[in-house]
Amino acid sequence: MRTLTHLQVLESESMHIMREVMAEAENPVMLYSVGKDSAVMLHLARKAFSPTKIPFPLLHVDTTFKFREMIAFREKMRKDLDLNIIVHTNPDGVEQNMNPWDFGSDVYTDVMKTQGLKQALDMHGFDAAFGGARRDEEKSRAKERVFSFRTRSHQWDPKNQRPELWSLYNARKHQGESIRVFPLSNWTEFDIWQYIYQENIPIVPLYFAAERPVVERNGVLIMVDDDRLPLLPGETPMMKRIRFRTLGCYPLTGAQESDAVTLPQIIQETMIAKVSERQGRVIDHDQSASMEKKKREGYF
Amino acid sequence: MDIATTQASVDSYIQTQEDKSLLRFITCGSVDDGKSTLIGRLLYESKLLFEDQIAALKADSIRSGTQGDDLDFALLVDGLASEREQGITIDVAYRFFSTKARKFIVIDTPGHEQYTRNMATGASQAQLAVLLVDARLGLSTQTKRHSYIVNALGVKRIVVAINKMDLVNYSQERYEEIIASYREFADKIGVADFTAIPVSALKGDNIIEKSAAMPWYEGDTLIEHLNTVPIGETANAQPFRMHVQWVNRPHLDFRGFSGRVASGQVHVGDKITALPSGKQSRVAKIFTMDGDLDMALPGESVTICLTDEIDVSRGDLLCSSANAPTLSDRFESRLLWMSEEALRPGQSYLMKIGAQTINATISPPKYAIDVNTLAHISAKTLNLNEIGVSIVNIEKPIPFEPYTLNKEMGSFILINRLTNATVAMGLIEKDAQTTSIELRTDELSIDRGLRSEQKNQKPVTLWFTGLKWSGKTFIANALERRLFANGNHSFLLDADTMWKGLSEDLDYVDADRTENSRRVAQVCKLMNDAGLIVQSCFTSAFTSERRISRRIIGDDSFIEIHVNTPLELSEAHDTTGFYKKARRGEILNIAGIDLPYEAPENPDIVVGSQTHSYEEAAQLIFDELVKRGLITKLG
Repeated sequence: MRTLTHLQVLESESMHIMREVMAEAENPVMLYSVGKDSAVMLHLARKAFSPTKIPFPLLHVDTTFKFREMIAFREKMRKDLDLNIIVHTNPDGVEQNMNPWDFGSDVYTDVMKTQGLKQALDMHGFDAAFGGARRDEEKSRAKERVFSFRTRSHQWDPKNQRPELWSLYNARKHQGESIRVFPLSNWTEFDIWQYIYQENIPIVPLYFAAERPVVERNGVLIMVDDDRLPLLPGETPMMKRIRFRTLGCYPLTGAQESDAVTLPQIIQETMIAKVSERQGRVIDHDQSASMEKKKREGYF
Repeated sequence: MDIATTQASVDSYIQTQEDKSLLRFITCGSVDDGKSTLIGRLLYESKLLFEDQIAALKADSIRSGTQGDDLDFALLVDGLASEREQGITIDVAYRFFSTKARKFIVIDTPGHEQYTRNMATGASQAQLAVLLVDARLGLSTQTKRHSYIVNALGVKRIVVAINKMDLVNYSQERYEEIIASYREFADKIGVADFTAIPVSALKGDNIIEKSAAMPWYEGDTLIEHLNTVPIGETANAQPFRMHVQWVNRPHLDFRGFSGRVASGQVHVGDKITALPSGKQSRVAKIFTMDGDLDMALPGESVTICLTDEIDVSRGDLLCSSANAPTLSDRFESRLLWMSEEALRPGQSYLMKIGAQTINATISPPKYAIDVNTLAHISAKTLNLNEIGVSIVNIEKPIPFEPYTLNKEMGSFILINRLTNATVAMGLIEKDAQTTSIELRTDELSIDRGLRSEQKNQKPVTLWFTGLKWSGKTFIANALERRLFANGNHSFLLDADTMWKGLSEDLDYVDADRTENSRRVAQVCKLMNDAGLIVQSCFTSAFTSERRISRRIIGDDSFIEIHVNTPLELSEAHDTTGFYKKARRGEILNIAGIDLPYEAPENPDIVVGSQTHSYEEAAQLIFDELVKRGLITKLG
């Protein structure tokens, strides 16, 4: 007799969550970061509403420092799947020529990512936003609800979250409040890769190893994606065979040396990985409990 | 590495991953029982920790110094900064690990009594519970409370892990003593079966590997048990049910109903019924993006197309025609209260059940349950973390099944209409349909018709609804004088008559309104049967309350009169200081002040102090009764 595998259980759960939001929210949006989790979330959204086209727009908050290949991939997906993708960049940040080295990664991330996101949500009046965060990523995320409520100013109050019972989601909110919804809450990094492989989901080529120009800073390999990255005295970009485990802003994303050029090889590497995924993100190291703090302020 | 080899080995690896099932389990026990240590140990031993996490753990362990030079696994698990400071787990956390056989989601919940709601949240999602007992202390009231909650929430598989065996010299005698007392308790609360394992989470005994220190224990280690315990879902054997979440209609040629199968299987060609409409059809297609299916299983998200164009919308239930559930609008339910603000009986809440949200009012608890002693105690309300049994009244009949029979058909949440907070979880125990008392007309020689003829009037209930001091009783009194003068026989029923008599056992302050309302309606019905015209004067602020009354009294005999006096005017008429007290918060649950007044949508008659004097209002109603042929105006 047919039984459901764990990925089928997770898939059906995510589809159930998306349909609930679609039915109860007035103006939902899906945050599309172009990364692998977004790729899975997008795929699940297509499944949840098929044969209807995804009945809400996607939103990409472009910080101006995303990898060029991410932007190219986004445009390819837009074309291939006929997606409605809204791209927003914080105009104040552009005006100030915001970048991670002159302003620091904290200020840069806050202005371009957190503020940029709030602007876009407010501008379009979105009352529910899907995000690709997973509970296995980081300790403070282990307690995040599937439906996470934000005040009018997009604040998150970890002590005042609604209990989530069975799969009965309470999506009610007051005017001006919004919900962040995480349909991938119960997926692990490994589940994501396995699902991408099984479902043949397209992902940004940066996840596969290739010769790319990098510099090494504090033990982290940073890709020199364009000529905006200021080189320190004595620093020369060198070609290394690298790939990325997570994607974000190129000056803030660590690469790893790798020979994995196929999905099976990536899965192989993930299986024997010795460091956690978020290690590659520079911002998590800033301070203890930093993710919780950022989330309270409205970072996704 | 050679690509082809990797491909082959990964393919076979993925194949084994494919075969894995998913088991969600909850861990119960207090911080002192070593719960966080156990979970940390499981994550550590299943090699799921990365080097950077272990390095951070080592640094944290040295800093906190609770375990000497050993790793403090608890630090791995306690996530939020505030709870690490307090040293307690304040929320529900989800951890992930896998073994060769299964993928696991560990639902970690706090143990203290003030977090009963968090535990119940976790238990609502769990297939199995691991109950930790400190071997030194034996069964605590906490163990009992946790057992009660997981059992009440239908978690059928229970593992009792007797922890800290290292601290009782791995004594078999002590272990068996605790197991015996647990067995006695389990029988009392109806736990059919449980598995006991002696462990030391700190030292690793019987977690993964068999403990060398406890050769007398011959059963499985914790991991062996979790790997092999059967988790075949009973949902498979139940009749087919699916709540429609979303109607999928991309164009005129496709109309599908999207949802996740709640229970049972559905096949193409199956005869299905849509509820509450009762319309029947057959499954034409089970659509998915990856191709149509022949059948769908419980837990599967699909889109079902039917052979006939029947009206189905979000919230409706598709179910097997051969085995459809019954409908009701009144359930006896077990409630766990989750809000700081206590249950307000009679107040209108929102109830989310399946894929629909409807209005509900809750009767005062029949009893509350002392989760430590399991004693039934009388209660007027339910406070945070309290469990009790109440009647839940909803605005319209919906399909349901008792929770013990079908979890998805018998579970609901209550939502505060003003704050939108989730205030309670509910488990339907049984139908509590209101039945009206029917006089045995076939056996009695004098029936309603004869009485009505004798009195030259058609007995009806004039249901006056409106704010307090809106003038309901004054108008009814004026009308009664008018009716009396006309030779009609009527009776006026108001708050004074009821609360001082029939309902004196109910609490007025805590507004046991639903029950009072039900009694009022039954009295009205009896008096109508006796041939009288009844004037019932109660605020009856909720639509649901009036709807129930209408059903008891009967559509033909129910005339709804809205006394539409505005709040300011009603307050001005108040000669008793009632509203002043309400404004000061000295009396609660007052319509117009701290409760909404739901005005009737289609009242038969509208009158009000702003527009009519009491005499004018009475005359207007009198004329309407004449017009409807209910009374005859005397010469």
